[in-house]
This record gives sequence, structure tokens and C-alpha cells, in this order.
Amino acid sequence: MSGHHHDHDDHHHDNHYSDMQARVKALETLLTEKGLIDPGAIDAIVETYETKVGPRNGARVVAKAWADQNFAEWLKRDATAAITSLGYTGRQGEHMRAVFNTPETHNLVVCTLCSCYPWSVLGLPPVWYKAPAYRSRAVIDPRGVLAEFGVTLPETMGIRVWDSTAELRYLVVPQRPADTEGLAEEALANLVTRDSMIGTGLALSPEALR
Amino acid sequence: MNGPHDLGGQMGFGLVAPEKDEPYFHAEWEKRALGITLSCGAFGAWTIDESRHARESIPPANYLAASYYEIWIRGIEMLLERHGFATGQELATGRHLEQGHAPKRVLKSEMVDAVLARGGPCDRPVATVPKFAIGDRVRTKNLNPAGHTRLPRYARAKAGVVEAVQGGFVFPDDNAHGRGENPQWVYTVIFTAAEIWGEGADPTLTVSIDGWESYLERL
Repeated sequence: MSGHHHDHDDHHHDNHYSDMQARVKALETLLTEKGLIDPGAIDAIVETYETKVGPRNGARVVAKAWADQNFAEWLKRDATAAITSLGYTGRQGEHMRAVFNTPETHNLVVCTLCSCYPWSVLGLPPVWYKAPAYRSRAVIDPRGVLAEFGVTLPETMGIRVWDSTAELRYLVVPQRPADTEGLAEEALANLVTRDSMIGTGLALSPEALR
Repeated sequence: MNGPHDLGGQMGFGLVAPEKDEPYFHAEWEKRALGITLSCGAFGAWTIDESRHARESIPPANYLAASYYEIWIRGIEMLLERHGFATGQELATGRHLEQGHAPKRVLKSEMVDAVLARGGPCDRPVATVPKFAIGDRVRTKNLNPAGHTRLPRYARAKAGVVEAVQGGFVFPDDNAHGRGENPQWVYTVIFTAAEIWGEGADPTLTVSIDGWESYLERL
């Protein structure tokens, strides 16, 4: 082994990946031969999460909450029902809770124990969300974590971290950016980033999209 | 269990390093790992709690050196062997040697949309009234069970306030070990950073967990 293999920060080097490629291929072949899995089902699962379920679902939920006070109240009271009304349901979105950023409090979501994440509105989580650096630090040094995402909050702003330890899945509703009064829901949704719905980002200003 | 998965507050893992325009998958095998894991979950042979416990039972050095979907694959191999769907020899060699157990169902492609849409709701009726109410001061118990638990180490023996009563949910500490769902009330409990992290903690920070009733005692 070359010294490269001892770099413990690098889990993505080529040999490690090709080991896993072989191991997973062998497992899929074995399970298929045993009649336990259908490779076509795997294709369908992958297609679902690559093309159908993603953070644009969540962005539409947030935009509707910004545009429609009644929907926002519903989302606050019963997020599962409000989100279901827009058609976003299913695995890892069975029990939803929406938490709203305010001028006083910024919300941040983590799962320190594994990778709990609201798939139905945000899709599959990014690698950093599931990795030890984020899971370990989000609860003890959230300001430091936010700085690594380029987010600096006023020192007086409270940070509320939600550790997703049960089956509730959290969606952060970021504050609506200034100068967006005239925008329709669809345009508002373009300002909502995935990270802003985890709490590691803020919603974009309209200028940021120009 | 006090496993390698319980990461809240540990130090030394470095920067978060978000990746710009990150793809959903970084290699083809990650796609198959996701699909195999969900497909085997559809057997109905184990619960999400048992699969979480399988992953957290990976020895710490292996867990921390593994990429995320590698953890999933190690976990699923453990479950396939434990439940008689594949032998250790089959998993090691990739060769089909014996029939093994038949699952309750095999996930076929035409079933995928419905199965993903249905998900796996974990809310259940609870026969008792909730022991705690919003605003109650509670302390988390100093639990260190050898089996599965969803009470993170950093939040044990800490005083907090009940902020919400979330309803009845399957109790993972039992369900992970085949002892039944035994649903309990779940509460959102909020703590100050000073309570959890002590001297020098960020005074503007609060942290909450969702805790099952048996994790809590009244203060």
C-alpha cells in the first residue's frame, strides 16, 4: 500500500471505491441468484431518488409558507398534513415538523446518531450531513459549522439545534428574504436552497440569482 | 449502546467541508447499496431499529473508517446472515451455496413506487396518558444500555424542559431486539448549552432531542 492509503481523511480514494464496487456487485449477484432481490427494483429506487424526490419539493413547501399565511400556520401546527397536501409524502417523511427561523432564532438540524433526514422534501442527504464532522460538531459548535458554510449570524442571534433522535423529520423554514414582495410562489421557491432548509444556509436574495 | 455512531460533541473530526453541487451518488456501487438496503428491508424480517443497531454494532475503527454506504452494506450483510437469508460463506465468496430462508415478500420493480410512497410510519396509539406536559422540567436518565438506544450520550443525566408532546411512537430500544414495538410517548426536550456543555458554552445556543418517556424523569 502506498502512503496515500493511510490518509484517514480520504475515504474516497480509488482503490477503496473499487473494493466496494466489487463487494456490492457480488452481494447484488448473490441476492439476485437467491431470488431475494429484483435488480429492476433497485433501478427504480435509484431513479426515484435521482430524478423524482429532491430539495425542490421542500422549496415549494417553504415558498408556499412565505406566500400564504394560512398554509404557514398549518405547516407550523401539523407539518405532515400540510406537506402531504402538496403531494410530498413517503419514506423518511412520515412524521414531519417544520421549524421557522425568526429574527431572534436560527434553526439547525442534525442527526448525531445516524443520518435521519426528511427524504420526502429534501431527497437523499449529502455526504457531509451523514459524516462525523457535522454530526459531532453541530450540537457543540454550530456557529463554527455555519462559518464553514459561509454563514455568519449576528452574535446576538440565538441558535436552536434540533437533534433528530426519533422518527420526526425536520424542515427549517428560512426567513423570507427582503425585497421579495412582488414575487410569485415559483420565483420564491428559486430562492430556497437545500442548505437553508437544513439550517446550514440562508435563503438567497433575488440579486443572488441575477 | 455507547457505539461509534453516537457522535454528538466528539472532537477531532475536522472541518465539515461541504461539496459544491454534490451529486446524490459518488459511485455506481452507492446506488446499488441504497437499492439493496431498501429491497432487503422490504423482506419484513427486521425493523428500522434493528438495522440501525446493526450499523452501530460495527466496531468503532471500522465504522469511522467506512464511507456511509459502506456502513449500510456492512449492516445489511450482518442482518442477512442473522436472519438466515445468506450464510457467512456465501457473503464472503459471493457464491450461492444454499437456499436459506424465504422472505415474506420480494420487492419487484412494479412495487417500488407504492412501497416508497407508503413509507414506514412509526406512530402508534399509547394506552396511558402522557406522564409529562409542556413546560415540565425533566432530567434525562443516565442510561448506558448494551443494546440499542436513541438517547445520545451528550444528553444523558441533563436537565431540560418539555417543549412538545409528539405522540406515541414505537420504542426503538425494544423494537431493535425483537421485543416488540411497545410504543411510548415521545417528547421534545430542550436544553441550554450550559447544561450540556458546561463552562464556556455558547449562551445563545439551545439543543433539543426527541426522547421517549422512559428516558425521562421528573425534576
